[in-house]
Amino acid sequence: MQTGETTQKAVCEIEVEIRNADGLHMRPAMQFVDIASQYQASISVSNTQTSVDGKSIMQMSMLAATYGTRLKIKAEGVDARAAVEALQELVEVKKFGEPTPEEKSRQVQ
Amino acid sequence: MRFADFVCFEAIIPELQAKDRDGVIAELVSALDKAGRLGRGNCEKVTRAVIKRENEASTGMGKGIAVPHVKYKAMKDVVAAVGQNSKGVDFAALDKQPVYSVILLISPVDDPDKHLQAMEKIFKHLQQEKFRRFLRQSQTAAQIEDLLKEADVNPSL
Repeated sequence: MQTGETTQKAVCEIEVEIRNADGLHMRPAMQFVDIASQYQASISVSNTQTSVDGKSIMQMSMLAATYGTRLKIKAEGVDARAAVEALQELVEVKKFGEPTPEEKSRQVQ
Repeated sequence: MRFADFVCFEAIIPELQAKDRDGVIAELVSALDKAGRLGRGNCEKVTRAVIKRENEASTGMGKGIAVPHVKYKAMKDVVAAVGQNSKGVDFAALDKQPVYSVILLISPVDDPDKHLQAMEKIFKHLQQEKFRRFLRQSQTAAQIEDLLKEADVNPSL
């Protein structure tokens, strides 16, 4: 994690990996936008092709981030670090409260 | 993914008869059923599943559009229907405004990546003011079909 050290315009950037089987579909995207919107920092999310506003549900739905996709989250603003940490936890630790591919295939059986 | 890969052109309704959200969903699911895209006997069950999903969180994303959807186990492929209602329907949208254009998407349970790719295509265009305006101005199913096919060759639409 890299942090630019000007307090007014802190920049924090991190790469996360989608770990839930169904990927970043609409409900996870909504959870992401809900958390991102709690912070003052502007938040952008990008894959290899495009960069979108992490506070817009329509734009987040455009990422088509499947299981295993790596996304770059970049926050700019006074609470940038806290925002990025909370979003990383949602994506990689809580996995949006959804099963991994292994857990999902076990559920089906 | 192209619209032509998953939109059922026989399930385009230029002026929906239904006046409320659940009615609109039922009308679009029924159009897919009549086009033979749902498999036998699934029409009512799919309708109920979409409504249940919609009750959990509105897919009315604002700007007059809604994308009700569900993953349904009997589906073999992703399929979409498109409907318009010129008077506007209450979808409990995020911006509290009426919905005029509805894209309904039914996906298989075991192909999450394809569902995401269809969603990406849908939102890439719904994002554009020009596309939303052309969709709302369309008065026939043929015009909507042409618009979707045009969007398949013109990414900026």
